[in-house]
Amino acid sequence: MSKMNLLQAVNNALDTAMAKDDSVFCFGEDVGHFGGVFRATSHLQEKYGKTRCFNTPITEQGIVGFANGAAAAGMRPVAEIQFADYIFPAFDQIVNETAKYRYRSGNEFDVGGLTIRAPYGGGIHGAHYHSQSPEAFFTHCPGLKIVVPRNPEQAKGLLLASIFDPDPVIFFEPKKLYRASQGEVSDDEYTLPLGKAEVVRTGTDITLVAWGAQMPVVEQAADMAEQDGVSCEIIDLRTLLPWDRDTVADSVCKTGRLLINHEAPRTSGFGAEIAAEIQQACFLYLEAPITRVTGLDTPFPLAHEKEYMPDHLKTYEAIKASLNY
Amino acid sequence: MNVSDQRNTNADIVHKPHFISGHAMKIPTLRVLQQNGKVYKDAVLPEIDQELALKIYDTFVFIRALDERMLASQRQGRISFYMTETGEEANDIGSAAALEPDDIILAQYREQGALAFRGFTVDEFMNQIFSNEQDLGKGRQMPIHYGSKRLNYYTISSPLGTQIPQATGVAHALKMQGRKNCAICYFGEGAASEGDFHAALNMAALLKVPAIFFCRNNGYAISTPAHEQYAGDGIAARGVGYGMQTIRVDGNDVLAVLLATQEARRLAVEEHEPVLIETMTYRLGAHSSSDDPSGYRSRKEEDSWRKKDPVARMRQWMEAKGWWDEEQEKAAREKHRAAVMTAMKKAEKVPAPPLEDLINDVYETPPWHLREQLEALKGHIRQYPDEYRKTAWRLTDE
Repeated sequence: MSKMNLLQAVNNALDTAMAKDDSVFCFGEDVGHFGGVFRATSHLQEKYGKTRCFNTPITEQGIVGFANGAAAAGMRPVAEIQFADYIFPAFDQIVNETAKYRYRSGNEFDVGGLTIRAPYGGGIHGAHYHSQSPEAFFTHCPGLKIVVPRNPEQAKGLLLASIFDPDPVIFFEPKKLYRASQGEVSDDEYTLPLGKAEVVRTGTDITLVAWGAQMPVVEQAADMAEQDGVSCEIIDLRTLLPWDRDTVADSVCKTGRLLINHEAPRTSGFGAEIAAEIQQACFLYLEAPITRVTGLDTPFPLAHEKEYMPDHLKTYEAIKASLNY
Repeated sequence: MNVSDQRNTNADIVHKPHFISGHAMKIPTLRVLQQNGKVYKDAVLPEIDQELALKIYDTFVFIRALDERMLASQRQGRISFYMTETGEEANDIGSAAALEPDDIILAQYREQGALAFRGFTVDEFMNQIFSNEQDLGKGRQMPIHYGSKRLNYYTISSPLGTQIPQATGVAHALKMQGRKNCAICYFGEGAASEGDFHAALNMAALLKVPAIFFCRNNGYAISTPAHEQYAGDGIAARGVGYGMQTIRVDGNDVLAVLLATQEARRLAVEEHEPVLIETMTYRLGAHSSSDDPSGYRSRKEEDSWRKKDPVARMRQWMEAKGWWDEEQEKAAREKHRAAVMTAMKKAEKVPAPPLEDLINDVYETPPWHLREQLEALKGHIRQYPDEYRKTAWRLTDE
């Protein structure tokens, strides 16, 4: 075991994957000798050479198109998009190509070896284009898997699982936690299952669902509510597509209440999908309307970042409102 | 730290403004064969023997038979959609003939000839066109979206240009795997206006991957003439800008296409130099079965290109060499027409793929939500079997 922050855990996972399998290689803007603007690919070029860790020109559609081709030819490319905000030029390659490759070819070809890593989320004064949480654009796209870790141990286990998964994965890394989140991480190779949520705290009065950088936020809100005698069950979804409905439904059937928290804007955010499915699965068990604490339906602002964020206080108030319904 | 700035800052210095015209570079066109089938006196010939020539020509005749019959079938409402490659056969077939069978082909959609040259059977063509249960693509895509793992021909998709950066990635993979192969990527001059073209060629030139980018410049992107597609000297001029080996070829001259591609393959595979080939040709047919070109171009223009028929040009060359004659021509046409007709009648009767193929292959293993949706759908179809005849009959035994 070593003490690592989330960034070091990502770096360690890439190193582990590249050491294990020659078909794994990393590329993107500034990922080569420099090691990435966040240093997620530090020392990988030194260790594995320029054909397995290299810079690309600034072209997101090129990076993902290239990755699709390499994956179709049997490699395990790990492409980095510098900020999730800049994944949109590659949207066509991801939605029309990556996601449909296996299906449209009748399984003659697939890009299952592909992983796209992208730092996402706010809380770092990043304003419009260094703060976005675009996960819901992709959860609407059959054929992709969408994974978000919450801490270093999860980051390594989920990234390794993503790289070796038979399907293409978009791996969103909470950049606010890159250095803030620290913990013990095994030095060995290990994976955590995709498509499986984790109950990180058991409780009886209300279920709180979140992922990534919002996990510490809902935990803080739950701590406050517990001072008031409210017992919160907290679930980290970890994989948004395909998501673990059963774990959430089992919890809600027990607690009778559900709060979903995400940083992305509310309308058509992934919280809407969870709410719709859970009201269908748990209709007779719900004692209050399902509530969502989310970003506002605005572009991500600079001056009003604190006001915009679905923070622990907004979450705490929503817990109380649900309990008092 | 080494000096890493390797820009060309030592170009000639001038002291008056000196603009370079967008047409300063005069890119010539390679031609080997005249329309009358005679080889130009000083022309370099490609490597070609009688066996290869016959195989290329036979593929020409097959594709003409296939395209003609399928277009007619679309008009009769027997298939939903079709695209011919009439007039452009020398491009994909001539270049495919320069490759090894394990080189990888990434096509746009007007390159069925390359697939036929590789050995895609007439039944395989028909099964895809009729989207039946024997289609390798499991009936999911529109007609002409072929693909074959066996023949190293990546499955076609409709979004234009997306295969171009993928070809760069495939070529990089071939290099990493230490294989002595290349990837060839076909696209039209219209698709070359997509951002993916720029991304792909820039990355290929930088990464030095064994890729051949093959642009069929046939004068039109649906109704848009090439002069509304770009202002520069075609597509070839751009290759030079990316620092890439570039050549322009007469796309109606199969020997020129073969020669250029043989040399391009050597550059790509042996020297890891990606190559851009631009062929000048003409889309003699409509864009697709949903298009009528009479609304945007003249009959006279079409006729001028009909006289430059690539198939006739090759035939005259072969006849002069004593490799082909009228009898063989008749027999080949008859053989392929009959084969297409037989295969079509067979494929029409093959049932649609099983309902499970609606959810299979979205992922390697269908997740819970897809399995739930399939079960719900099956229940619904059992309730209204007469409304879903393609699949309802499969459910009755369960």
